Amino acid sequence: MNSIQLRIWRGDDSSGQYHDYKTEVDDGMVVLDAVHKVQAEQAPDLAVRWNCKAGKCGSCSAEVNGMPRLMCMTRLNTLPTDAPITIEPIRAFPRVRDLVTDVSWNFRKKLTIKPFTPRKPDFPDGEFKMQQEDIERVQEHRKCIECFLCQNVCHVLRDHHKHDEFIGPRLLVYSAALELHPADTADRLKSLKDEHGAGYCNITKCCTVVCPEHIKITDNAIIPLKERIVDEYYDPLKVVLRVLGVRR
Amino acid sequence: MSQMTLPVKRSWGETQRRDAWWKTPVFVFLMLSAFLVYANIRVFEGDNYYSGHSTAEANRATNYLTPFYSPLMFEVESRAATPSGHAWLSSGRPGWLPAWLSPAALILIFPAGFRFTCYYYRGAYYKAFWQDPPSCAVGEPRNEYRGEHRWPLLIQNIHRYFMYCAVVFLFILALDAWHGLHFRKPDGSWRWGIGVGSIVLLLNVVFLSGYTLGCHSFRHLVGGHRNAMSEQAFKHKLWKCSTCLNEKHMAWAWTSLIWVAFSDVYVRLCATGTWTDFHIVF
Amino acid sequence: MTDYQLHEHDVLVIGAGGAGLRAAIEASAMGVKVACVCKSLLGKAHTVMAEGGMAAALANVDDRDNWMVHFTDTMRGGQYLNNWRMAELHAKEAPARVRELEQWGAVFDRTKQGRILQRNFGGHRYPRLAHVGDRTGLEMIRTLQDHGIHRGIDFFMECTTIELLTDGGRVAGAVGYDRERGQFHAWLARAVVIATGGVGKAFKITSNSWEYTGDGQSLAYRVGADLMDMEFVQFHPTGMVWPPSVRGILVTEGVRGEGGRLLNNAGKRFMFDDIPDLYKNQVAKDVEEGWRYVIGDKNANRPPELLTRDHVARCINREVKEGRGSPHGGVFLDIAWIKGRQDANGKAIDSHYIERKLPSMYHQFKQLADIDITAVAMEVGPTTHYIMGGIKVDGDSQMSTTPGLFAAGEAAAGLHGANRLGGNSLSDLIVFGKRAGEYAAKFARDKGAVTLDQNQVQSAIRKALAPLERGASGENPYQVMYDLQATMQDLVGIVRVESEMARAIEEIAKLRKRAAGVGSGGDRTYNPGWHTCVDLENLLTVAESIARCAIERKESRGAQFREDYPAKDAEWGKYNLVTRRNADGSMKVEKAALTPMRDDLKKLVEEYK
Repeated sequence: MNSIQLRIWRGDDSSGQYHDYKTEVDDGMVVLDAVHKVQAEQAPDLAVRWNCKAGKCGSCSAEVNGMPRLMCMTRLNTLPTDAPITIEPIRAFPRVRDLVTDVSWNFRKKLTIKPFTPRKPDFPDGEFKMQQEDIERVQEHRKCIECFLCQNVCHVLRDHHKHDEFIGPRLLVYSAALELHPADTADRLKSLKDEHGAGYCNITKCCTVVCPEHIKITDNAIIPLKERIVDEYYDPLKVVLRVLGVRR
Repeated sequence: MSQMTLPVKRSWGETQRRDAWWKTPVFVFLMLSAFLVYANIRVFEGDNYYSGHSTAEANRATNYLTPFYSPLMFEVESRAATPSGHAWLSSGRPGWLPAWLSPAALILIFPAGFRFTCYYYRGAYYKAFWQDPPSCAVGEPRNEYRGEHRWPLLIQNIHRYFMYCAVVFLFILALDAWHGLHFRKPDGSWRWGIGVGSIVLLLNVVFLSGYTLGCHSFRHLVGGHRNAMSEQAFKHKLWKCSTCLNEKHMAWAWTSLIWVAFSDVYVRLCATGTWTDFHIVF
Repeated sequence: MTDYQLHEHDVLVIGAGGAGLRAAIEASAMGVKVACVCKSLLGKAHTVMAEGGMAAALANVDDRDNWMVHFTDTMRGGQYLNNWRMAELHAKEAPARVRELEQWGAVFDRTKQGRILQRNFGGHRYPRLAHVGDRTGLEMIRTLQDHGIHRGIDFFMECTTIELLTDGGRVAGAVGYDRERGQFHAWLARAVVIATGGVGKAFKITSNSWEYTGDGQSLAYRVGADLMDMEFVQFHPTGMVWPPSVRGILVTEGVRGEGGRLLNNAGKRFMFDDIPDLYKNQVAKDVEEGWRYVIGDKNANRPPELLTRDHVARCINREVKEGRGSPHGGVFLDIAWIKGRQDANGKAIDSHYIERKLPSMYHQFKQLADIDITAVAMEVGPTTHYIMGGIKVDGDSQMSTTPGLFAAGEAAAGLHGANRLGGNSLSDLIVFGKRAGEYAAKFARDKGAVTLDQNQVQSAIRKALAPLERGASGENPYQVMYDLQATMQDLVGIVRVESEMARAIEEIAKLRKRAAGVGSGGDRTYNPGWHTCVDLENLLTVAESIARCAIERKESRGAQFREDYPAKDAEWGKYNLVTRRNADGSMKVEKAALTPMRDDLKKLVEEYK
């Protein structure tokens, strides 16, 4: 047992401030444990969203000492103890209370992306014939737990509030999983280029840095999409060849 | 979204991060700036691009051409009397080329363009030079943002054309490295050998290949554009190799940049006679 | 009068895990208007925690597999207390449901032929679990979510349902509040599907999150529906035991499926010493045969680590109790030993192989315990994982004993009997989620409209607001919850004894009184203290039901192990236990005779013994 100090942001969408709490912690505890301890002992109404507590559901996203993290996967012994640990809600979405934010924008925005549109199954029983090697890229994208840390850290949303014109890294990963799916037939490139704003990404890779699932968001999802958009819309040679009917 | 009340934006450099988040952007800023300054000086120096021009006996036997001046289009006037033998145009400087323009400037447009539009460098210099953002989860100086969604940065999408050029350059530089394995005998004929400079130029090709062939556009074009890659075994193999390099793209980018500069420094030192090349096998 | 929003739908689905989403999708496909209410954000339900896979006799890996083998495996695992009709439907329909997921965008791991790959799992005779690494649950919930959002279903995220509405003898919707803002809602609906999952939060060590407070079971119980088999709580044999804050978090059975071995502190592979008679012919004779099974040798039998969960959990419990446990009170689960062995393709296994096969386990241990599972053994111990019991339903329609009230998934009882096989829960969700949605939609279409009873709504709201009115002067709800969890863990845990359970019932009665006096400061906006107050009643109800049924069943069978009645009793094999609410509000437990099994199925059971 040793004592730590937490500096937790408390408030709502209109105002708020940091509150200091002191609590005792055990070996191996994570930030979420410490927050729960404060909640149980000192502030029963401290709002925090969480669920699985094992890094699988992506509910407990917050900023710990300024970095977007899952509180349940951030061990206290990895943080410096010389100063209070700052815990605040994520910043790209409206605040509800304390550490809880309203992330419903992500769910609304997802609806604007064309859903999976399968080709006819390859086997009569309904299965596709797909090779493991070919689906591995898609499986990487599908590891996403929708914690929205990437959305939060992306400066296009966080600092420039382009929520109307840009879908953010999470939904680019979602789009990539569909676009790269060997059995998908829909074309999302035009909407990705236009209303989903893939061009707003300036590849600063902060999304990749914060991804708790270690998805290489920029290299393996966003850039492949950008390159496919180039194929379709920007590569002058390909555009000419297409006009001439040499290419599809 | 108009109806969303978002937290107040942070001001420039404001953050709750406690680590040294500024270190990487500062490093990138300094390194890229230093390289740019050096490269410009070298481009406009217009000389000392070929080690064989040296007055030192040992250096005169070497055949190293700096990557900054490769391919050498023509000999600069001051060296017209002692040609390097690398010039593509034996007739000398073409009349249409303004006198102030170094041949290196024409060459460097391509590798510079490749790096300027490179997916790694883009992210790095947007942070280090544009502060957009200064670092992850750190406040920005400007409210306006167009990204690469509109002009002018929409132009970044031509990256693959610079990549095509960069691949051509790999062959040219490989040829230079091959030349670097040849030493001039006093009678003017050539013999095979290895000097420190030969190794410098060889490594230059290796590092540049690692960087160029791991390029995101290259990776896309050799296979990544397909969903069922395994149907084409050769392309799939290429894609896997490229992916392997791509995973370390940043490391390749810096290694190759630093090595290109070092190769130039080395050849220049030999060319000016400041340094005598050491011949390992001769 | 407290303000609330009124919504009208044909079908209301409570819960948005695999079963809830599947039900909502099916109901909307039937053309009725559907609402889906969930306590968390969409896609966060506990289905994401399921790792190993979903059992379906696709026969992609072993062509000897078929629904009949799956059916008999399920019945054997459930010690024949299962609702055989559900076991039959489940085994028959699971393959189609799994392939349907693929049509909706799920990306399962593949065989060399490009088909859905299947893996071994405890209690399944053949490799049967369609999977995606060790994150199959995530794949399922994301697929259903991404498919479901385009079906015109009205989703209400982060809403707690506090009471069901009734109209005459029939269910008419529900009342709840949204956790973010504290706004009350009433959903008027002609049919309600409960898919709220389990009750894990009634125990101290559990793999379940805060959500699993037995809401669905308790809501149904309060409107008079029967609960069944509540004594059968599955303790998953392998939960993390260290560090303390993650105690109970699941370590997938997939680790054992990939060859992981259980060792005691003497380094002995103790599972080889105790093999139950039911499985004598199906277990490997030695380590080598076990390994051959793992890498797909069809002539080899499974290693004993892949026996049913109840048995493995008890063996671990025994090792720990008899002083052969690991430093933190578990046993060792070692996957690192497979390094250097040859995989199915004859290639030597390295650390990378383990990391690729079990990526989330690798990261979970690396990040939470600082342990590299490719190099050292994990420490594991039993954790409350699943309740086989729940709302009693009709096998075909999934309707409960209350008209218009349906249930699916963990909240429903029947499929798993006395013990669930790993991998059968995910397939349960999609098979019976679909059926519940389909029959609920039919019910809604066939039966007339329901009317809203204002009094019911207001009294539910009043009850929910009481703790806030008591404010901070009421007792701390967390304390009551902790005390309940400790009571259940200590007195109604893996090894049960009449005297202890009787004490548990007394304790629960006391806790009920305390729960009536809990309070929370703050207001209705995202107030976890208040939420906990509201959940307490449900927890107490399911806890009491578990304890009472466990006392009543005087034998050891499946997940229930009675120290005072250690043997299985054939007589008890003829009954399920049903919990019902008496008119005075007290709880009644009674025996209900099993429906005799159809002859053709009986024959199958004999044939595959």
